[in-house]
Amino acid sequence: MSIVRALKCRECGQEYPIEPNHVCEFCFGPLEIVYDYDQLEGVFTRELVESRPHTMWRYKELLPIDGDPTVGVQNGFTPLIRARNLERVLGVSELYIKNDSVCHPTLSFKDRVVSVALSKAVEFGFKTVACASTGNLAGSVAANAAAAGLESYVFIPHDLEQGKVLGAGIFGTKIVGIDGAYDDVNRLCSEVAGKYGWAFVNVNVRPFYAEGSKTYGYEIMEQLGWRAPKHVVVPMASGSLCTKIDKAIKEFIKLGLVEDEGTAIYGAQATGCSPIAQAVKQGSDLIKPVQADTIAKSLAIGNPADGYYASRVIRDSGGWAEDVSDEEVVDAIRLLAETEGIFTETAGGVTLGVTKKLIEQGRIPRDESIVVCITGNGLKTQEAVVDAIEKPKVIRPSIHDFDAMMAEEQPKAAADA
Amino acid sequence: MKLRVYLTFHEDTVRQPIIWKLGKEFDVVTNIRTAEVKDHMGLVGLELDGDDEVIEAAVAWLKAQGVHVDPIEQNIIEG
Ligand SMILES: Cc1ncc(COP(=O)(O)O)c(C=O)c1O
Ligand SMILES: [Zn+2]
Repeated sequence: MSIVRALKCRECGQEYPIEPNHVCEFCFGPLEIVYDYDQLEGVFTRELVESRPHTMWRYKELLPIDGDPTVGVQNGFTPLIRARNLERVLGVSELYIKNDSVCHPTLSFKDRVVSVALSKAVEFGFKTVACASTGNLAGSVAANAAAAGLESYVFIPHDLEQGKVLGAGIFGTKIVGIDGAYDDVNRLCSEVAGKYGWAFVNVNVRPFYAEGSKTYGYEIMEQLGWRAPKHVVVPMASGSLCTKIDKAIKEFIKLGLVEDEGTAIYGAQATGCSPIAQAVKQGSDLIKPVQADTIAKSLAIGNPADGYYASRVIRDSGGWAEDVSDEEVVDAIRLLAETEGIFTETAGGVTLGVTKKLIEQGRIPRDESIVVCITGNGLKTQEAVVDAIEKPKVIRPSIHDFDAMMAEEQPKAAADA
Repeated sequence: MKLRVYLTFHEDTVRQPIIWKLGKEFDVVTNIRTAEVKDHMGLVGLELDGDDEVIEAAVAWLKAQGVHVDPIEQNIIEG
């Protein structure tokens, strides 16, 4: 059963039929999927969801596809863990990590948005899918398209590091490197998307794509025992995930699946690219574009399309936004690894770093439930932490040398041995 | 062709009649679809209609005036 009603302009309210379309003809406002929630009354229950496989599709009635998913059928439903060691370090009483660093199949939350975008693309009859990306999105489109038998194109700036190219190239996608200034590359992608009959995931099917992020929010609430948290800290690039977690919570409240806890939403950015955080802190609605300069490349969007909407969600929910330096990002990556055994990429370092800052500022109280959104895997951004890790001690293969090393480093263990 | 763009004006450009000048300098039809102007910055959604080369030149001219020009999708290149 599909309860999708229309595509609706977020600015002027004009409604459009369900087609590959993303902006309002009249005012250029972004289009958003709207639903007839009334049809789900008494039908979409906790029991129904719980009876289904552990994937993001257990909430399929709230996603904009008509039939069953055809791409990324196994994706999502990642662990929500109670982070007791981190609670002690941060001095808080109830902290959780929603861990999309292990999202199937490409280890970031982008697998959620991409599987909705591509499943919808298949319904629309597209044979070729595309995106422009420097990292997680490229890998996710390439992998999910390969598994679904779709042809894919990935556009990248020509000077991208080899490792990032590999993360998409291995899946047999066609990679197009473009030689030019960032803004020109960006504009070319817009023209290509308009000209070729492809499903460009973050252009003509963006309204569908973006809805996939809601599943991250649904899972948090179900895994908390059908409860919304009091505080959620979300990394922001375009700002879309932030708005969709808010939408997910509001939908579950409307459907009677959770109580309204007055959840406050907090946005996290790196100081070197923090247009949304700056707007929130200055109490402004207009997002000032910036040139990105940070190790948190996956969040480095200087002119975020959903920045305005994210800043409004943050303000209206009673949350806040903060930003952290690259050093704080690295420290937070290590903190999460050393306390909880989770290796996140720079975006996760940003989110935990900001969480710590907000707790220290007293913006997030210490005695209420907090969820930290960890959205990507550390193995993808190893260069960011390589210098922060202690080099291993090298000894000769003799027990004498080992005893000597232990006596120096761990006198007690050595004496007991 | 028709090109749809967002123009961001900063403190030093927000008071200048740049879109009027654009229409004088280039043979393009300018059609403002949305605008929000404050004293420290402005955002305008603009449709440009004209020959491909003229549009290219007009965009280059806008950038040279210190206006930030983005496609209406703003940032397409994601992480
Ligand atoms: C790991 C990771 N986390 C968070 C985000 C933020 O996504 P959004 O553009 O929805 O704000 C991204 C976006 O690229 C990402 O790669
Ligand atoms: Zn509109």
